[in-house]
Amino acid sequence: MERFQDPGLPEHIHRISDSDPAAEKRAELQVAILFLTSALGTVLLIASYIVMKPDTYVFLPIMGSTNLQQLCIGLGLTLSTLCIGLGAVQWAKRLMPDEEVIAERHEMRSEESDREELVATFRDRSSQAGLGRRSLIKRSLGVAVGLVGLSPIVLLRDLGPTPGNSLRTTNWSAGTRLVMDPAGNPIRPSDLEVGAVAQVLPELPEGVERTLENVGKDAVLLIRLRPEDFNLNAERLSWTHEGIIAFSKICTHMGCAVALYEQQTHHLLCPCHQSTFDVTRAAKVIFGPAARPLPQLALSVNSDGYLVAKQPFTLPVGPSFWERDSANG
Amino acid sequence: MVAALFTMSAAYGVASALPNTQRVISSSTTPLVSQGKAIFLRGCSSCHGLNAEGGGIAPSLIGVGSAAVDFQVGTGRMPMADMSQQAMRKKPIYNAAETAALAAYVASLAPGPSSVVDSSLNFERDGNAAEGGQLFRTNCAMCHNFAGQGGALTQGKYAPTLMGVQPKYIYEAMITGPQSMPKFTNATISASEKLSIIKWLQAANHEQNQGGASLGRTGPVTEGLLAWTLGIGLLIGIAVWLTTKAK
Repeated sequence: MERFQDPGLPEHIHRISDSDPAAEKRAELQVAILFLTSALGTVLLIASYIVMKPDTYVFLPIMGSTNLQQLCIGLGLTLSTLCIGLGAVQWAKRLMPDEEVIAERHEMRSEESDREELVATFRDRSSQAGLGRRSLIKRSLGVAVGLVGLSPIVLLRDLGPTPGNSLRTTNWSAGTRLVMDPAGNPIRPSDLEVGAVAQVLPELPEGVERTLENVGKDAVLLIRLRPEDFNLNAERLSWTHEGIIAFSKICTHMGCAVALYEQQTHHLLCPCHQSTFDVTRAAKVIFGPAARPLPQLALSVNSDGYLVAKQPFTLPVGPSFWERDSANG
Repeated sequence: MVAALFTMSAAYGVASALPNTQRVISSSTTPLVSQGKAIFLRGCSSCHGLNAEGGGIAPSLIGVGSAAVDFQVGTGRMPMADMSQQAMRKKPIYNAAETAALAAYVASLAPGPSSVVDSSLNFERDGNAAEGGQLFRTNCAMCHNFAGQGGALTQGKYAPTLMGVQPKYIYEAMITGPQSMPKFTNATISASEKLSIIKWLQAANHEQNQGGASLGRTGPVTEGLLAWTLGIGLLIGIAVWLTTKAK
């Protein structure tokens, strides 16, 4: 078999601007124009910030009615930074030296004599400093360094405290009235026609502030359909009231608000990952990544005729967590 | 055609062996109702039945009220162009007078939500845009998008955009729950709260871009698309230019 000859490096072809003074002049001009455009961009930014009124709008195709000042500030900043970069690249490509240089590689290891000298110097200086003798300093330094290592471990406490029972509990309990979100008025069964929905929250005791964290667990969707449309077992049917059924609005997949209710198909759709739940079959998952049905809230009516919860949620609402007993729903 | 239908229905009436629902039930009516009934028999009855009792492919219209008719016919959704997933907004087939007659006829069948006129919805005076925004985000945003731009539902259905929709149609949609949309009754979201939602939507409709492009206000989809195509394409172009040797 014939061996290939080493072809060597290709011949270096010089740029036009290396030989043609006119081309060099042209390249110089290009770079200068780019840098000056950058300067103009900065002037545009400053001028639009100072001179323009902040409430002037112009109509631009595609973008629509746009704030002129913000647009000019953005354009100015883009031009001023981008053109410095473009100019520098153009300068390097067209004008900076174009000779090819070969840099030889050398052994990384130092000369043997240099290495021995370094070790000798280190031994000499450390014996002079008395590192072998002053044990008090050494030990106290050990304590100090050891304790410094402890502090990040202590700060890890901020990862806690563990949620405890809070993932399993909500503000729903037996007899809690359902109130509209956000208005806060209680609801009667007659307020909902067939095909109607209502976003509800549990009524909180007087003086208790509703936090976002609470809403994130308590939110419930109330739906009224024809009672004959239900396909529920006896227990779940007893949790409905005259065709009104209530589910936790927090998706069992990732905790988004499941509230896209299609009143013709009785499907509830989660907007985040398209998990679809069948309302007539106790929010059974019929499509998508959710693994469990939405927890159903048992409904009843109190003596004043308002809708109330018959009992707390029997299952933790929202997505899975490690300690959740997922085998039982 | 109308005469033919009437003749046919009269013939059905005589042929009493047929079930009652197949007959056009005549009742005492105003001229507007009878005009609406004539339009109904000509344009709607093939799907909705001769007495608006519904059929296999179309729901009963008894009790839907004039609001549903005004919404569905006024926005061109009815009559449907084809039996696709969803009736879409298009140029209305019937003019305002014909729509009003149809609405009067359907309203005469059974009580239901009444249609409204734009001038009766004084949302500028009676609405509160901040409250409307809160109500919109709680009740409407999951289907219609946080800025009312519309969004997808299951199997080809969708929640339409609310931009440029006449206030009365927004109001009527809320009280009648057209197609996939559930009803939002005045008992759960009061009439004044509905005006607040309309006021907020009008404000969102005229909202100007405070800086940069809104990209249709549909959220991360268009933003990601632009970053991955235009943004990364631009970076690739610059990288190619950077590494090409100058001639």
